[in-house]
Amino acid sequence: MKLYCLSSDAAKPCFVLSFKELLIMLDCGLGAHSVLNFVPLPPVPSTRLASLPNYTPPHLNDPLLEGELKECCGRVFVDSVPEFCPPLDKVVDFSQLDVILISNYTCMMALPFITEETGFKGQVYATEPTLQIGRFYLEELAEWVSSGAGGGGAGGAARRWKELLHVLPAPLALAARPRAWRRLFGKGAIARALARVRVVGYDERVDVYGALEATAVSSGFCLGSANWVIRSAHEKIAYVSGSSTLTTHPRPINQAALRGADLLVLAALTQTPAHNPDHMLGDLCVHATVTLRGGGSVLCPVYPSGVLYDLLECLSAHLEGAGLAHVPLYVLSPVADSSLAYSNILAEWVSASKQARVYLPEEPFPHAALARAGRLKHARTLHDDAFSADFRQPCVVFCGHPSLRFGAAVHLVELWASNPQHAIIFTEPDFPHMEALAPFQPLSMKAFHCPIDTSLNYSQANKLVRELRPRELALPEQYAAPAGGAAGVGGAAARPHIATDAPTVVLRRGEARTCGTRRGMARATLSGALAARVTPREVRAGLRCAPLACALRVRDSRVELDEASGVGGAAGGGGVAAPPRLAGAAPDVDALVAELARQGAGEARVERGPDGCIVHLPRHDTLIHVERHATHVFCEGGAEVRHALRTAIDACLPPLSHF
Amino acid sequence: MPDIKITPLGAGQDVGRSCILLSMGGKNIMLDCGMHMGYNDERRFPDFSYIVPEGPITSQIDCVIISHFHLDHCGALPYMSEMVGYTGPIYMTHPTKAIAPILLEDMRKVAVERKGESNFFTSQMIKDCIKKVTAVTLHQSVMVDNELEIKAYYAGHVLGAAMFWIRVGSQSVVYTGDYNMTPDRHLGAAWIDKCRPDLLITESTYATTIRDSKRCRERDFLKKVHECVEKGGKVLIPVFALGRAQELCILLETYWERMNLKYPVYFALGLTEKANNYYKMFITWTNQKIRKTFVQRNMFDFKHIKPFDKSYIDNPGAMVVFATPGMLHAGLSLNIFKKWAPYEQNMVIMPGFCVQGTVGHKILNGAKKVEFENRQVVEVKMAVEYMSFSAHADAKGIMQLIQYCEPKNVLLVHGEAQKMEFLKDKIEKEFKINCYMPANGETCTINTPVKIPIDVSLRLLKAEAVRYNAQPPDPKRRRVVNGILCVRDNRLSLLDIDEMCDEIGINRHIIRFTSTVRFEDPGPAVKTAEKLRTLLAEKLEGWTITISDGNISVESVLIKVEGEDNSTKNIYVSWTNQDEDLGSYILGLLQSMVQ
Repeated sequence: MKLYCLSSDAAKPCFVLSFKELLIMLDCGLGAHSVLNFVPLPPVPSTRLASLPNYTPPHLNDPLLEGELKECCGRVFVDSVPEFCPPLDKVVDFSQLDVILISNYTCMMALPFITEETGFKGQVYATEPTLQIGRFYLEELAEWVSSGAGGGGAGGAARRWKELLHVLPAPLALAARPRAWRRLFGKGAIARALARVRVVGYDERVDVYGALEATAVSSGFCLGSANWVIRSAHEKIAYVSGSSTLTTHPRPINQAALRGADLLVLAALTQTPAHNPDHMLGDLCVHATVTLRGGGSVLCPVYPSGVLYDLLECLSAHLEGAGLAHVPLYVLSPVADSSLAYSNILAEWVSASKQARVYLPEEPFPHAALARAGRLKHARTLHDDAFSADFRQPCVVFCGHPSLRFGAAVHLVELWASNPQHAIIFTEPDFPHMEALAPFQPLSMKAFHCPIDTSLNYSQANKLVRELRPRELALPEQYAAPAGGAAGVGGAAARPHIATDAPTVVLRRGEARTCGTRRGMARATLSGALAARVTPREVRAGLRCAPLACALRVRDSRVELDEASGVGGAAGGGGVAAPPRLAGAAPDVDALVAELARQGAGEARVERGPDGCIVHLPRHDTLIHVERHATHVFCEGGAEVRHALRTAIDACLPPLSHF
Repeated sequence: MPDIKITPLGAGQDVGRSCILLSMGGKNIMLDCGMHMGYNDERRFPDFSYIVPEGPITSQIDCVIISHFHLDHCGALPYMSEMVGYTGPIYMTHPTKAIAPILLEDMRKVAVERKGESNFFTSQMIKDCIKKVTAVTLHQSVMVDNELEIKAYYAGHVLGAAMFWIRVGSQSVVYTGDYNMTPDRHLGAAWIDKCRPDLLITESTYATTIRDSKRCRERDFLKKVHECVEKGGKVLIPVFALGRAQELCILLETYWERMNLKYPVYFALGLTEKANNYYKMFITWTNQKIRKTFVQRNMFDFKHIKPFDKSYIDNPGAMVVFATPGMLHAGLSLNIFKKWAPYEQNMVIMPGFCVQGTVGHKILNGAKKVEFENRQVVEVKMAVEYMSFSAHADAKGIMQLIQYCEPKNVLLVHGEAQKMEFLKDKIEKEFKINCYMPANGETCTINTPVKIPIDVSLRLLKAEAVRYNAQPPDPKRRRVVNGILCVRDNRLSLLDIDEMCDEIGINRHIIRFTSTVRFEDPGPAVKTAEKLRTLLAEKLEGWTITISDGNISVESVLIKVEGEDNSTKNIYVSWTNQDEDLGSYILGLLQSMVQ
């Protein structure tokens, strides 16, 4: 068993497991930190962003670099279509992948990079909500990035700057492997990639080419989020990615299914271990209320699903309590309508309390009721006519993208940045908020950081690992104990990490490690007819044995054992003699001579030598060499003689036992 | 142990009161727990005393599985769980769990409040019963206990209808409940994978029907309704609140819109909106088209169809009314029927199957007068039409399902004996598998081949694979493993003989036989060996025969040729005790060759 790590971002994991001659990809997360190095793409042209001054590194005159870099608020940004950081493609040949298992929609954004134009021929498995919401995320991303007004940008992809990293100022100079960054795929590629996904339910056993069984089990993180259990009859691998033990809207985590694995792969823990999501949600409500009371509006840069549902539910209730029920809530996204509608038909994927509402029948989420009451409105874009006509302030706007590099949020920040009454509240943990705001400085509007990441934090993860008792643990390097023995007890609080007694395999991008147990056995089925023919004899207490020759049938990697057909049909003489015995020691020679006489084999002469003895049966021209580990019968007699000899030897073998 | 036993308590050569007992591998499973609509006495419920004449029933049944919310499949469930006292697990899908209590309550009201029956379950009992239900999702594999596993497949018949695959050990059964193999206006088609169960228990309502195309039936239905209302007639369509009703509403709604008709259409039930809400919420269970478009327009928001009020019964003029229940056995539909039946411009359209004993069944059989309990006689002058909209699989669909899942045996339930007979013949002829059709209370025993799980040493398998793969590919070549079967704590494993000896710490004692055949064959020994090889290859087709340095080996039997170029050759045949069969066969072969 071998595990490859293809992603450097532990929250957007991508592993490949090679096991039983299969290559299984676990998640395909798309690193998006790279977009922070790019000039924002406003959805409507912005004069400020369009007139940023060019940047040229000092003492360098490179005409190819012309227009690629812009200076903004004292920092250098790349003026180009933003690029992302897909999983490493040099370590594993994607055309050889057999299966991709996806844990949740935040960890599948690189799917088109893996499956399209790579010769990929395998299967992709995800739950239905993962597929649907993943589609929303991908479509939204593609739409935001492609519809950006491009400002004064050069339009094309800037490449030259990647050759000149050494002369550029930080943080651009520190960009990790920008040459591997890729522009986003088109809508066609997204549709083709998603068309490959096969939908599975929780606890559904997916047969992986007959060799393994993969099961998605609830992980409690978001709608349809799953941990994967991969098992054969003797081995069990658990892939735990994006799990939550908190009570939110999705179905709670199923821990029992993960217990006692031979290998546990842990990924996508919380990105903000220092922040408690419950407190952050409370803070957000308070900040929003204060801002709205002051006549300002609130902007929440969010993804179109996930925590958004909780935000809508909590904030609407909170505002109602604060007497602000008249404040409109807007959700702006090309997929807003679908996302809000879909969440209310996924009754089988929500928590028990939400599910109970469906039986009434009421929608599991209150946002449908909010929309009917006119408090919640959604629109595809900012310049949607109905939306513009209806828009009034103060209000709360939820829109993408959390990086503030594209999407409606760019325009709203531009618009509101100078007004100290307004506030922007960051909830998504994927991007550092100060970095996100860098191209919008100086900022007068208030900025709050209330990251809500319901993924396991380190103490929850440590507890989970202790309870699950895996035989071996595999982690991205970020989660392992810091290298060089973090003995500095007195020093600054050690970075939180996973501490376990189990043997641990630590992986970093591009690495491959051998792990897991060596396989010794495979599961097969024995036909009843064959089983009826063998009579195992007790070899020692609790262990019975019998020699067995059987026909092997291997179909779809499943092994069946059946009766071996007789030799050459009836030629073998029909009736098969008593099955031969497994011998543990040489036959007793004196007993053998006596038995041979009894069987009518006639007079036997015995010659004893140093290693054993030779029994000679002159009447049948037969010699029996009896040695310590072997008995060799040279028999020139017919089948009946041989039969007699066999019976005699069989009778004289001491019972097999331990000695 | 290798037997599967099936006893229908209801639905054996009959429609209504589905309740089938299945026992395999020491587990007893009840498939559906329905009531019969045609009876008002104790025959209405399955005879639970068959399971255990006295005493608690729970210990006799490991689980109850409900396929869908129709009352002939779940109607007796509160009776069983609350009055008979079953406390074990009950499984059904989420929509069934949501909708079944509403239909049960509806039925209870009709039975108790209208017919004044006592000794019927109460509202509270329905609620308590549903609380005990475990909801399952499609394809989820549910372990009822360590050995019993169930899995639901989409069945299409009504919202949330499911077929169940049930496994104990190596034995498996598929129970279809009611299903539909052609997608309709709001549901998709039933689907199952090639799970090759030992037994398929399938419904056979339409065992002999091959229905004409769906479009024709729809056109027919619309034409009849339109003609009737044009002449000022009233159209009564008795339906059940959920299921067919929604499909017919979608049909009428689109037709009214297209033809721009103004005749009022009513849906006579307080439930309408609520029922449609269930459809909206469980839209993942409807067909692809509705799922795709629901964000823009929800198919279950009707514009032309309005709620009905009892006072409208006597309104003059044309109208179309959907009323419950569907078989005209009680309730509002029956009331309306009594009022409208004596006028010939009116029409009643029965869109589904009616069980014996109901008014629906009577008028469909041409009864011109219907007598009621209070001696009231109603003359039936209105047109009576039957439209088979009931979403069951027809004969073609049943055959298709058998083809999909490749069962080793088929058992027919939920149909009429004569029709079953016909289908049974057809299945046996076409698929060459056994088909059964037990009557109620009759037990059917089906033998299945035993398959015992065994762990095989990888070393053994890999060695075999290396040998096998070294040969040119031939799918007919025999593959054989030789090992030691070990039984420990009731677990079987097959080990390589050396592994086994290592494991229990013994040195093996090998017993080998060698015999000689003398062969007059001038020429070098190698040539003789080559000759022998050709002979053996001819006789032992499919066995692995190799030759090296003049030694031939047929799998584990060694053959060696010795002797001077021009003298008699000695052919030594040597084999170990285990290979006596093969060794003696080869020896005999060589001996006969020499002579």
